[in-house]
Amino acid sequence: MILNDNSKARIRERVGLYPRHKSAILPALTIAYHQVGHLNDEVYKEIAKIIKVPYVEVAEAATFYTMFPKEPVGKYLIQVCHNISCALLGADSLVEYLEQKLDIKKGETTKDNLFTLVTVECLGSCATAPMMQINQDYYENLTREKVDRILEELRVKG
Amino acid sequence: MFYSPVRTNAAEVAQSEKLHLFRFVEDPEQVKIDIYETHGGYKAWKKALTSMKPAEIIDEIKKSGLRGRGGAGFPAGMKWSFIPKDSPKPRYLICNADESEPGTCKDRVLMERDPHAVIEGMAIAAFAIGCHRMFIYIRGEFNHSIDRMQAAVKEAYEKGHLGKNVYGSGYDLDMVVHSGGGAYICGEETALLNSLEGERGMSRIRPPFPAIEGLYACPTIVNNVETLASVPHVINHGADWYKTLGTEKSPGSKIFSLSGHVKQPGNYEVELGFNLKKLIYDPAYGGGIRGDKKVKGVIPGGSSTPFLTADMLDVSLDYESLAEAGSMLGSGAVIVFHEDTCIVWVILKLIHFYRHESCGKCTPCREGTGWLEQIIRRIEQGKGKPGDVELIEDVCGNILGRTICPLGDAAVMPIQSAIKNWRDEWQYHIDNKKCLVKTGFEFK
Ligand SMILES: Cc1cc2nc3c(=O)[nH]c(=O)nc-3n(C[C@H](O)[C@H](O)[C@H](O)COP(=O)(O)O)c2cc1C
Ligand code: SF4
Ligand code: FES
Repeated sequence: MILNDNSKARIRERVGLYPRHKSAILPALTIAYHQVGHLNDEVYKEIAKIIKVPYVEVAEAATFYTMFPKEPVGKYLIQVCHNISCALLGADSLVEYLEQKLDIKKGETTKDNLFTLVTVECLGSCATAPMMQINQDYYENLTREKVDRILEELRVKG
Repeated sequence: MFYSPVRTNAAEVAQSEKLHLFRFVEDPEQVKIDIYETHGGYKAWKKALTSMKPAEIIDEIKKSGLRGRGGAGFPAGMKWSFIPKDSPKPRYLICNADESEPGTCKDRVLMERDPHAVIEGMAIAAFAIGCHRMFIYIRGEFNHSIDRMQAAVKEAYEKGHLGKNVYGSGYDLDMVVHSGGGAYICGEETALLNSLEGERGMSRIRPPFPAIEGLYACPTIVNNVETLASVPHVINHGADWYKTLGTEKSPGSKIFSLSGHVKQPGNYEVELGFNLKKLIYDPAYGGGIRGDKKVKGVIPGGSSTPFLTADMLDVSLDYESLAEAGSMLGSGAVIVFHEDTCIVWVILKLIHFYRHESCGKCTPCREGTGWLEQIIRRIEQGKGKPGDVELIEDVCGNILGRTICPLGDAAVMPIQSAIKNWRDEWQYHIDNKKCLVKTGFEFK
């Protein structure tokens, strides 16, 4: 069992909100992702059981959405928006800066498994560019100083 | 103080007699239902439910001229009137909060800072079309918006604005906050329906239109967050009042998300018909261009809309004027870039996005966006070949108007516009294997 009782209860709660069970798939995937940090077949099977839909329907939906990592990632998933508004204010140089600071390339995870660095499309934060999302949180109006501070805080937290 | 530090013009809006969407968005208490009510909140919902007939509400919205703020600008009241009167099926209202058109970041502010306004607008729309269970589909990354909306919905139930027998009217209304999968295509209303049903978020062939066969094959209305947040104001003050804002054909106010090379990016509520140059340069809004450089181009309505060049900035931000200028109001996301920006680089950013977000259902869009990205990438990397510009135009021509949903057109229109406006620069990039102007934007 991967999903804990809290996640399961929250998924069950969602099911009751929709005229059809299947609608709870995406919220269930989100709940699972927030707990586990990524999604995989085991998770799909557990969700399918709770929602009472065939496993393949859960897998089919999950694989459409790139928001959910399908492989394990570091404890902190750093997602830098590289779309136009952010790029105009230096998103590419932000990615380079993070690569340097973390000593990894985009797409990689640090050796201590703490950070994974990826780029993503527009996150709806274009007027506070450049920005990044780390796990569930947004970090906006980024500067080098801010990035240093954020990474330091996360390192201390471990 | 706020989750997102985004700049707004709430102070100016509070001074204005007419602007209304942003009046309280700098008040950290506004998210609380008591404060929302003190500020006149839920009066319109009560008025609509207890003293108006659904047909009267639809007429009032029609008369107000309120048009959809999600991109297409379709008149909201008219859309609601397409719901079949005699269908025995349940009807659904869905608030589209997938907000992912690059440049657009306005719906998030409304959800995070004035969530009850969104609920109130949704409730009125739901009653107008006879819906008893309404949904808000929020893109999955907006965790804070989702939490805020969920907390607000809970409060609204506790205070009797939602639930069974609202205000003793005998009308039941439930609301579900749905977290989506963060895909741009799920903002397209038919893909949104599939996604909400738990399917892959792929567009549906129309007809049937959602008003006839939408969610679970039932009559459904999909409206944008900002459209719905405007509704309570129309009901409170009347269509005639609403029409005193904006222009004759584009009444009302609109939030513009201003981003890119301006000194003060932010979300600004202004009357439709506001001057673009003023939005960019006035110290109350954009405050001019960083480094006092010259504007090279502007995308006026989100990444899917054709460019305006520097000589076209004296334009009114309304549906008709922007159409006349060869572009579109779209979602109201104004992206500004200055003279040091390579146009090929801009387009590469955009086509990479559209290729990534194509749902893959139809060949011209799925394959075409892939080819376009390849060709444009090689030009950008200094490996362009003679004839590449013509090749791009040819591929674009084979996508435009030949796809199931408008994403295909959205991918193509900025490219065609970039070639039309800056053809020499494309050619320079191919001939000289480098940018005409060096793009290298550092973050601070
Ligand atoms: C690819 C694509 C993405 C879209 N994304 C959004 C979106 O994120 N939010 C939105 O409100 N409308 C979006 N739309 C427009 C919707 O299909 C629909 O027209 C709109 O939600 C209707 O609401 P409105 O009439 O209030 O504007 C998108 C359309 C397309 C083609
Ligand atoms: S145009 Fe693109 S996004 Fe729209 S249905 Fe076709 S493949 Fe999907
Ligand atoms: S372009 Fe980066 S958040 Fe929109």
